[in-house]
Amino acid sequence: MKRFAELLDRLVLTPSRNGKLRLLTDYFRVTEDPDRGLALAAITGDLSIAAIKPAMLRALAAERVDPVLFGYSYDYVGDLAETVSLVWPARHDGDTASASHMTLAEVIAKLQSASRSDGPKVLAGLLDQSDIPARFAIIKLVTGGLRIGVSARLAKQAVADLGPVDVAEIEELWHGLEPPYTELFAWLEGRASKPERAAFALFRPVMLANPVGDGELERLDPADYAAEWKWDGIRVQVSFEGGVRRLYSRTGDDISRAFPDLAGGIGFEAVLDGELLVGSPAATGTFSDLQQRLNRKTVSPKIMQNHPAFVRCYDLLQLDGEDVRALPFRERRARLEDFVATLDPARFDLSPLVAFEDWKALEGLRIAPPHPIIEGVMLKRWDSPYLAGRPKGPWFKWKRDPHTVDAVLMYAQRGHGKRSSFYSDYTFGVWTGAEGEEELVPVGKAYFGFTDEELRQIDKYVRDNTVERFGPVRAVRADRRNGLVLEVAFEGLNRSTRHKSGVAMRFPRISRLRWDKPPAEADRIETLRELLDR
Amino acid sequence: MRGWRRTGTVRPFRGAETTYLSAMRPSDLLQPRPEGLYCPPGDFFIDPVRPVERALITHGHSDHARAGHAHVLATRQTLDIMALRYGENFAQGRQAAALGEKIDVGGVTVTFHPAGHVLGSAQIAVEKGGLRIVASGDYKRTPDATCAPFELVPCDVFITEATFALPVFRHPPPQEEIARLLKSVAQFPERSHLVGAYALGKAQRVMKELRQAGYDRPIHIHGALAKLSAYYQEEGIDLGTLEPATVEAGRKGDFAGAVVIGPPSAFADRWARRFPDPVSCFASGWMRIRQRARQRGVELPLILSDHCDWDELCQTIAGTGAGEVWVTHGREEALVRWCELQGIAARPLHLVGYEDEGD
Repeated sequence: MKRFAELLDRLVLTPSRNGKLRLLTDYFRVTEDPDRGLALAAITGDLSIAAIKPAMLRALAAERVDPVLFGYSYDYVGDLAETVSLVWPARHDGDTASASHMTLAEVIAKLQSASRSDGPKVLAGLLDQSDIPARFAIIKLVTGGLRIGVSARLAKQAVADLGPVDVAEIEELWHGLEPPYTELFAWLEGRASKPERAAFALFRPVMLANPVGDGELERLDPADYAAEWKWDGIRVQVSFEGGVRRLYSRTGDDISRAFPDLAGGIGFEAVLDGELLVGSPAATGTFSDLQQRLNRKTVSPKIMQNHPAFVRCYDLLQLDGEDVRALPFRERRARLEDFVATLDPARFDLSPLVAFEDWKALEGLRIAPPHPIIEGVMLKRWDSPYLAGRPKGPWFKWKRDPHTVDAVLMYAQRGHGKRSSFYSDYTFGVWTGAEGEEELVPVGKAYFGFTDEELRQIDKYVRDNTVERFGPVRAVRADRRNGLVLEVAFEGLNRSTRHKSGVAMRFPRISRLRWDKPPAEADRIETLRELLDR
Repeated sequence: MRGWRRTGTVRPFRGAETTYLSAMRPSDLLQPRPEGLYCPPGDFFIDPVRPVERALITHGHSDHARAGHAHVLATRQTLDIMALRYGENFAQGRQAAALGEKIDVGGVTVTFHPAGHVLGSAQIAVEKGGLRIVASGDYKRTPDATCAPFELVPCDVFITEATFALPVFRHPPPQEEIARLLKSVAQFPERSHLVGAYALGKAQRVMKELRQAGYDRPIHIHGALAKLSAYYQEEGIDLGTLEPATVEAGRKGDFAGAVVIGPPSAFADRWARRFPDPVSCFASGWMRIRQRARQRGVELPLILSDHCDWDELCQTIAGTGAGEVWVTHGREEALVRWCELQGIAARPLHLVGYEDEGD
């Protein structure tokens, strides 16, 4: 328990991916079974403990701490789990930290075996026996969702690093395994053979494309490649097998429950690769429509009706029990076309191939795609097998050029880790208001896209032109005559009710520093709004 | 100008004087003024924030010990620290108070007692007519090898700081925090660990705790720490080998695996760029709260405080036997509430000019 509590404490504050991986991998290496597997399940969200509601936690604390003092404390800390872990009275009976010496497995067993009615009592008993870090970890476990800035994917990468093996191998096995994953660790430590894929409808690692490099196309023969549109939805794997129906994200997260309209439809026996989109094949929705269905664990019938989901199919991995991944794309595509024709046309359609003569003709199509949700073209070698990961050569993505806007730097925030002494996160704005009364309205934030040398230059500019400070944030002088213009590149724009400007940028980054440009000549908000309406 | 007068013992008061003095209320002996805590019968201030004629100083932190007073009475070490920080001419006259020594100031008996906060820190007991008030300054109860341990002084009125006066502040044992630092140093040997620590007291404490944990490699320090750390060493507190954290030709690898200690502000500065992929650490009681660590971009918080935590504050108030408690700088309302729950009269002092953030 102590190690797990310590791990959570470190992960919460470690900004870098590599730092997190090191902490996780070291933890998995030194921690015994079944604790490490349970920790892994807790992080990936695969551990179910009867949830304790925040109100119950508060009530437990109120029985032990003066309500006025608790109120002051909660106001100060701001986080309920943390407040309770800190104000919980320590027991001075010489055995205060005995739960810290309990294993994670023992703690979880106690919590899981508690009934709904004695849940609070069991929890209080555990908290009584714990020190502060252990109390925090226990509360995190029971309130559900650790929120420690570690994705399931990152945790799986850390497990893969134990081997090391490719993370795709972990993802492929994942849904056939159960906590505490003892056989997985045994395999990674070379003490046992690789676990068998036992269950149906497991995730198959997806095949990804590389971006087209400069001058790369000139070396390729257009006749070797098929082209299709690159749809800007969610890449999914539809895996229906042996009566089990699953929908996976491209990192192997099971998202079936968020899309019952797809997973609950008519059954078949196949594994498909495609893009999840919203609307209908005849009237495909925009990314804003798709947003209505994102980041939901469950979905209401009304939303399903207004924003139905369907899959635009790219590829076929398995059909009627036959694994076809080793066949060339040409062959898989032919089978896919025949198969999709047998499916519910409201739920599944085919991603059409784009005919082209040469690269120049394809470039023309790429620049002016027929639908706003297309973000470029894909190139697939006709003879390519379906391979896990991102192999170099068989598949390319050739994206539409990003949009750009000239914006003015308004605020800068200090970075983390390597960048902790640099102002490296920039909030920028564009002009709004009538002539003579123009003011800047923030439209986005970016923290990459510039070189190390440019970072040094911007950092110096921020320090020399600070007008106000708020903790780690500095407001930078920015008016019609003084300010730094940043050319910002972004992939698209969404409507936003949360931002004053009414827009939210997708994937913004700094593409150029416009030291030469007077701030008054930066873009106006209308330029962005026009983009929204298209 | 009257000087400070040493007295052998405190003589009992007699006659009419006694009648007057028995009627003395605590606020007649010490009272808040804009300059700081004032003693009318003795005509002196404790830790005044503006220049005054006579100042009694509890410890060397800059919000308590300021330059420009005419006469200063403090422990020898606090006087030395003030001279290091402000130059030899920080006051016209100065006198060193030995711990426990009774000093008469205009008929008021003053004694200095160790506060356990930083080197030279003291509580000041002020006594007249059978009434004793202890102004504790900043204090802590956790053992600290860089200064004399806190002494509990029974009193009628106890003036306590309230920096960490919320039940959420519970400081873990310092050894655990240092162990976490050393574990991280071992886990990330290619990175340097930058420990932010205030220049007086905390920095030296981190060094000492590292030495006590068996860390024997040189510790690299920021220039702002050099003078005070050298002074600690002269005073017999062995901090081991300290080396300046300077680079000759900008070779970043020089500090891989190193522990570097500097004032917290330095880590947001360009100074920090000489270190390879630094792990930013901060040694402070504030690090108990994750959001505080997050706001500062701290990756490894070290909960190491030179103040009492909540339990120690409560335990100390009860231990002094004081019937009345005055609470200053920090979260006064929570400690006043606790005193009320215990049936102890308490009020906030509302003194201005002290940092309630420094630790």
